[in-house]
Amino acid sequence: MDSSDILKEINKQLVRVTNNEAIVLSKQSTAGEIPEWDSLTHIQLIVELEKCFKIKFKSTEISNWKNTGDIIQSIQSKIKC
Amino acid sequence: MKDFNSLQQNLKKDFSGLKKIKLAVVADSSTQFLVQAIKGYGFDQAVNFEIYEAGYNQIDLQIFNKTSALYQFTPEYIIIFQSVEKLKNKFQKSELKSRGSFADSHIQYVEKLCDTISESLQTKIIYLNFYELSDGVYGNYSNKTEESFLFQLRKINYLLMHIATKISNLFIGDMSLLQARFGRQFNYDPKMYVNADIVFSIDFLPYAAKSISDIILSTSGYFKKCLILDLDNTLWGGIIGEDGIEAIQLGDLGIGKAFSELQLWIKQLKNRGIILAVCSKNEEHIAKEPFEKHPEMILRLNDIAIFTANWNDKAENIKHIQQSLNIGLDSIVFLDDDPVERNRTRTFLPGLTVPELPSDPAEYLEYLTALNLFETASVSAEDTNRTQLYVDDVKRKTEAKNFTDENSFLATLEMKSSIKAFDKFTIPRVAQLTQRSNQFNLRTVRYSEAQIEEITYSDNFFSFVFTLEDKYGNSGLVSAIILKKQNNETAFIDTWIMSCRVFMRGLENFALNNVVTSARKKGIKKITGEYIPTEKNNIVKNFFLKMGFENQNGIWALDTTKYVEKVNFIQAVQ
Repeated sequence: MDSSDILKEINKQLVRVTNNEAIVLSKQSTAGEIPEWDSLTHIQLIVELEKCFKIKFKSTEISNWKNTGDIIQSIQSKIKC
Repeated sequence: MKDFNSLQQNLKKDFSGLKKIKLAVVADSSTQFLVQAIKGYGFDQAVNFEIYEAGYNQIDLQIFNKTSALYQFTPEYIIIFQSVEKLKNKFQKSELKSRGSFADSHIQYVEKLCDTISESLQTKIIYLNFYELSDGVYGNYSNKTEESFLFQLRKINYLLMHIATKISNLFIGDMSLLQARFGRQFNYDPKMYVNADIVFSIDFLPYAAKSISDIILSTSGYFKKCLILDLDNTLWGGIIGEDGIEAIQLGDLGIGKAFSELQLWIKQLKNRGIILAVCSKNEEHIAKEPFEKHPEMILRLNDIAIFTANWNDKAENIKHIQQSLNIGLDSIVFLDDDPVERNRTRTFLPGLTVPELPSDPAEYLEYLTALNLFETASVSAEDTNRTQLYVDDVKRKTEAKNFTDENSFLATLEMKSSIKAFDKFTIPRVAQLTQRSNQFNLRTVRYSEAQIEEITYSDNFFSFVFTLEDKYGNSGLVSAIILKKQNNETAFIDTWIMSCRVFMRGLENFALNNVVTSARKKGIKKITGEYIPTEKNNIVKNFFLKMGFENQNGIWALDTTKYVEKVNFIQAVQ
């Protein structure tokens, strides 16, 4: 799965948990730019991503994410292995 | 069960017009998600939960400070949620020598919370019990030492049940039971706990919300009263009309165990006060045969209040059962193995609960018990006889058809009633009546036992209970009236309720005669009243007019000095 597919999936899940269909993510997007993307929806997003990619994030990596691109990298590293 | 995200979608929907219930959530962990789940779940139950969410970790601050926002909100329900994770931390930081009494001190604390709340608020308290959790210190040996966390934790859960039997406005939300069903891995997400202090996992939230909502709805008067049963492949395996009584599967035959255990469960429900009825496409005498003769049948004919076996449309038959019992469709559950019948009855009878039974009968019982359809708010001694009461009533109605004139029918019933003020023996049943009665209920105020007790011993209230007995049977305590003294000469009808089983018997006439007589003795010259309409109490819409009250600027009033006794056919007895 390449990074643009993962980005699409993240976008889809974020739309779902925020109920805002207007959200369009890029790799540079950060939570700060999207008002609905608060700490609670972030938690929900993580749970949804774990479910749909069948992976588990570590708390340590979650706290290191700076933007959407970091999330994509985390996911890619897990699907590969 | 809908997932959390679907419940969240509900939050955007239109809640106007839904029944409003005010509740407060106080917790020692983050509860934003839980609150959303409860609110969203409520929408699907046609309830608008207006929720006050206390700030994070503010249990003591909100409850012990009587000027807090919690008290200003005047909730009808307070949900207190202490997490097992916080409890464990508290335990592990406590002194070794005090650990043996950890549970006792915690329970004292919970009692203090309840007492403090109840001093100032007329509210029901829902305390969530604890998930079971080992702290991994003693292993299985935890069971052998009082100083272990697990020992104290289980003791707390046990003692919570114990104090709930004593504190009538305290209800326990059984999270421990839900954990037994789903397991900790499902209920709890360590990442959510560590990052956001949320102790219920996203997937578990809808189940927690349902459990809490079940308590709220049942204590607000929404609960099931009747279970209607299909027969073939629902109550036994096979088809009685084709296989015959020897070949239907029950007990040791074939997969009979599934059906026997289902029947055993249904029998327990009947003993708890759920009315049973049968609705089956069958020849009546063939359908009744197993109930009369099959040695492995657990349900017998006298367990069934109404037995309908014919070839008519089932929706029609259910409608008939509902009307005979005089209860709401929304208080009835219908069990049928046939998906076509289920869909049909669901479509034609909105409000009826029709569980989507699994296709394998082995799964029936697990599936049904997990739905928790029969949550109740109270139990009373009368519950075990409830079916008999309805059976008597059906006889009465059959007899009534032979009379063209209602009064001459009533005169043949030989009715007797005893009148008393509330006392300690009648308090539970009166509270139950206020919770159960939807139709003949002028103001639909729901009272807990504690509140009824207060009314019983207050000088500001006059209370009356009425029993009713006739030649067909004893209906027990069927009506209650609460008058609130407004001044020395005026009393207001705070509550007037009557069980739907005794409508059309003239008991209200008899009751008013007695109320007026008693009021006169106390110097009350004027009795006032109010009708608060609900979806279900249309039957008493014109009650005051019919009983001779005068409308004085929106308030109904009766002059006791000019009251003319109402005709009735009931004899007062001790």
